[in-house]
Amino acid sequence: MSAVETRSSSRSGLGALVERFPFLPALVILVALLALNGWFQPNSLGFRAITGLISTYLALMMLAVAQTYVVYAGDVDLSVGAILSLVNCVIIVLMERWGGGGVAVLGAIAIGILTGLACGLLNGIVVAVLRLQAIVATFATSIFFTGLALYVLPVAGTPAPTVYWRTYGGRFFEIPFVFYVVVALAIILAIAVRARLTTQMLAVGDDPFKAFQSGLPVTAIRLKGYVLCGVFSALAALCITGDTASGDPLVGGAMTLYSVAAVVLGGTALSGGRGSVVGSVLGALIIGLINSLVFYVGTPSQWQNLVQGLAILLALMLGVLVTRRVRP
Amino acid sequence: MSVETAGRAEASRLAAASLIRQPLLVALILIVLLLALGEMLSPGFASPQQILRLLIVAALLGIVAAGQNLVILGGREGIDLSVGGIVSLSAIIAGNVMNGSDGGILPAILACVAAGALFGTFNGVGVTLLRIPPLVMTLGMLGVLQGLLVVIRQGVPSGRAAPALSEFVTRPFLLGLPGIIWLWVLIGLLMAFLLRRTVFGYRVYAIGSNEQAALLAGVPVRLIRVSLFTLSGAFAGLAGLCLIGYAGTSFANVGELYMLPSIIAVVLGGTPLSGGKGGYTGTMAGAVLLVILQSILTTINIEESGRQVIFGLTLLVLMLFYGRGRAMRA
Repeated sequence: MSAVETRSSSRSGLGALVERFPFLPALVILVALLALNGWFQPNSLGFRAITGLISTYLALMMLAVAQTYVVYAGDVDLSVGAILSLVNCVIIVLMERWGGGGVAVLGAIAIGILTGLACGLLNGIVVAVLRLQAIVATFATSIFFTGLALYVLPVAGTPAPTVYWRTYGGRFFEIPFVFYVVVALAIILAIAVRARLTTQMLAVGDDPFKAFQSGLPVTAIRLKGYVLCGVFSALAALCITGDTASGDPLVGGAMTLYSVAAVVLGGTALSGGRGSVVGSVLGALIIGLINSLVFYVGTPSQWQNLVQGLAILLALMLGVLVTRRVRP
Repeated sequence: MSVETAGRAEASRLAAASLIRQPLLVALILIVLLLALGEMLSPGFASPQQILRLLIVAALLGIVAAGQNLVILGGREGIDLSVGGIVSLSAIIAGNVMNGSDGGILPAILACVAAGALFGTFNGVGVTLLRIPPLVMTLGMLGVLQGLLVVIRQGVPSGRAAPALSEFVTRPFLLGLPGIIWLWVLIGLLMAFLLRRTVFGYRVYAIGSNEQAALLAGVPVRLIRVSLFTLSGAFAGLAGLCLIGYAGTSFANVGELYMLPSIIAVVLGGTPLSGGKGGYTGTMAGAVLLVILQSILTTINIEESGRQVIFGLTLLVLMLFYGRGRAMRA
């Protein structure tokens, strides 16, 4: 596998560092953006602003992690946004039907995660087992999932129970709830990075034929990647439900492409075989910081989307170029 | 004797298998079946006027898919996600340049195709010179285009189609068919000529199937790939112009409806996303197939949710008929 070969060959210090930590360029961009945000609006580095940033972009962070697990193996999932919408609708409707108490919330969350898992399983079967082309097949399943979301909740608007969004936006021991989620996510990801499945997925992404010939169950590994992706999309749905406090069958539509952008910004190769989930989390934060920076520098409102688009395109190009420069 | 019948059975099985492998034929058979199904579900579905309307809608999608097809044929994960943004942008440009007067048609055509080609070229340069993966480059460009739309539109829909353009798209022009269908046929012929009879066409297949070999054989790989993206943008620009002729005015992000469907049309037409094989004739059939399918779903009287569920599942089933990836064998 080329990843292993390049690692053994002698490299400059910086190259070796990026080889070991593919998310370093993303980290540099992130720090630069934080500094710029602080320059234009000192309050934006305050505790309150950072909390707001995280609670808004936690969903995208989760979704980017979800996307990473399929990109590892060289696949892509264009249905993550639709899965997010579906799970959002499912838990909103269940929580309302079950009365909105603590038990109802926990039950709905469990069902929601199972829904995400089932969606991921379907994607995995379609792409890994039936061997359809990932881009078009997951687009087809995204239409299917959106249809299901519309069936569960035809129009946006049903509110989440108070206990749900109060918890998400609340504090425990003076520390915002979302920080606990971030720490939990970090612990889970730190364990997952060392898991055998991660290595296996990267091996499949690097070269599926070689992986197969060395005895890896390629189909099963890709399938597991999609299942993981579904589960993390469901977790993203839990976050967005906490943030928006309502159900919307189309809430995730625009987020799919942002999740792909976040993965690329994080230094993960779309062709598979190398990358890191940490990078994807940073990538999601980069998108968030670009959006807030565009606001803080005082861009007129109708120009904001264009400037955001240009900045994200620029960051994408920069990330790809820097990663290539140190590791051709 | 038994060997002979077994052989014959095997031969007919192989014949059936090779039939299935002809994407164009599969698409045509499915089109006829779907038309029959539509007629059964709602009488009048397959009437000449209805089929004509379907063909107009398919032509719009088909023109976008022509560019998409070229980019995909060129390989190296070629894909153009920015076509949706270009269609929307071009529709606005066309509406404002024409502003309801026939004299503005020619400038509008030039402006739309030039704008599309410009953004396509940006994509191409990013993909070749900077070596950004096409999915990433065109995704980023889509974001830029969507932002540009907000700036141009400032929240207000603006611009109207020239009457002559609307007539060209919707009224019969020659042999009872509107001009846009003739335009589509012409594009189909040109694409077939380009891909099968010109050096450029051979080179597209060459870089799509084995870029290294093409490079060693002296093919100007970068130039070809940039021009594929330029053409894709130009086709999307042209489609945006035709779209405003069909709809009369441009509305928010209308082009988004063409982004992924244009890719699906290419795939249903038998061009795999890995590039290097396939062609545009199949894509045309794929576009018609997709439009008929959507139209059937709008005629049957069910909730939007059911419609989407059926559409998604049908697409999956259809894809099973086409090139599936190779199985892993030791």
